Amino acid sequence: MSEFFQNSGLFFALLGAAVATLMAGIGSAIGVGKAGVAASGVLAEEPSLFGKVLIFQLLPATQGIYGLLVGILILSNVGLIGGVKEVTALQGLLYFAASLPIAFCGLYSAIYQSKCAVAGIGTVAKKPDQFGKAILMPAMVETYAILALLISMLAIIGIAGM
Amino acid sequence: MQQDFTYAVARVRFRETKLLNGADLDSLLSAKDTDAVMRILRDKGWGDNTDTAPDQIISIEEKKLWDFVDETVTDRSVLDFLRVPDDFHNIKAAVKCITRDIEPDGLFLYNTVCDPDKLYDCIKKREYGDLPDFIADTAREAMTVLLQTSDGQLCDIIVDKACMEYVYKLGKLSDSDIVRLYCELFVASADIKTAVRCAKTGKKPEFIRRAMAQCDSLDVDRLASAAYEGYDAIISYLSTTRYRTAVEALNTSMSAFEKWCDDYMTAAMKPQKWEPFGIGAIVAYIIARQNEIKAVRMILSAKISGLSEQTIKERLRDMYV
Repeated sequence: MSEFFQNSGLFFALLGAAVATLMAGIGSAIGVGKAGVAASGVLAEEPSLFGKVLIFQLLPATQGIYGLLVGILILSNVGLIGGVKEVTALQGLLYFAASLPIAFCGLYSAIYQSKCAVAGIGTVAKKPDQFGKAILMPAMVETYAILALLISMLAIIGIAGM
Repeated sequence: MQQDFTYAVARVRFRETKLLNGADLDSLLSAKDTDAVMRILRDKGWGDNTDTAPDQIISIEEKKLWDFVDETVTDRSVLDFLRVPDDFHNIKAAVKCITRDIEPDGLFLYNTVCDPDKLYDCIKKREYGDLPDFIADTAREAMTVLLQTSDGQLCDIIVDKACMEYVYKLGKLSDSDIVRLYCELFVASADIKTAVRCAKTGKKPEFIRRAMAQCDSLDVDRLASAAYEGYDAIISYLSTTRYRTAVEALNTSMSAFEKWCDDYMTAAMKPQKWEPFGIGAIVAYIIARQNEIKAVRMILSAKISGLSEQTIKERLRDMYV
């Protein structure tokens, strides 16, 4: 058991990459889907608003990209992309821990951002000239996904230098 | 699984911009005749781009509203509380036509849960088991009472009470505050109207109590007693309830009270304009659209009969937008 744990560094690092990509990706899929439903509703009534509602729909997509970025960074650091590197169990666990901020924050921020985006789509449907203000509201939610991405990335870079 | 209304609400948001506002009603009111009103309405997208008659344009808009609802709301049963009153109206029309042996041409309403033609056939053949559960017993009882007593008023109160009780039940079952409020107000306003009419016509206590349905916002037994005592007793009781602001309207006329009910509901629905999820926005839109159609019908009828602008204005409801 102890020997297995000592050799499981790569497994934990891979788990971290998977969790970051998976959870942030699920959040984005839910978010883009929900905003897409509202966008389709508006387009059924007013096709000229396509450009505006598309931007709202794409806002929750970024969390999935952040998760992917963290996943790639972990895979690259542990040698699963490029050359093989030795990863200790502690490093593996640290990579896993580093993936958690973007995994959880990505999941929840995408879902809540989509709710805000749906409300914004409703605003644009009624007042297309208020697009600039309406887009700011869901964009605020993005801040927290970016903060989580920052912490995840700083942690991964820090672990690589250990 | 709970129904998702995101798509429907997004469509409603856009359609709310097309609702008639106060300024639009003013321009309809100041139009010189029916033709001018029809021209303005056609410019606003009403009708079907043909030279329709005033009563046709109203039917077309009602159909458009329910076609839109059917298109956007997957499970239409969540909006049954808005449709079932028309089913109960159809029961009254059907039993009266059958007992008098006349055809029900133009008497049925068609935005209903149960198809009116099926309803008519089932009642005519006394096959009540083929009717939906919520109207089967009422249809049977209404038909039996009308055949045995020939009392159209008794038949009406049986059907109306069954309608109120069913709408109230649907409201209680709903998760939406706006649906519960609508159903509560539907029953309470009907009870108040019944009480006032009974007081003015001197009905017996048993009749009054039989015509009223239970609701949370009124003590129905007290209201029924007040109705037996007289109009002043009703006003005195209502002054102690949440409907105290309706007293002034009731003192003016029954149509002023009906306007008060519609305005009360419109005011309660206004926050739904900013609600991005849930059925509330859709319910608010349907009620707003029905009020709009009601206002246009009123203006058209008034223009046809030559009523003054001021007379119509007093009866027009507050608009949702």
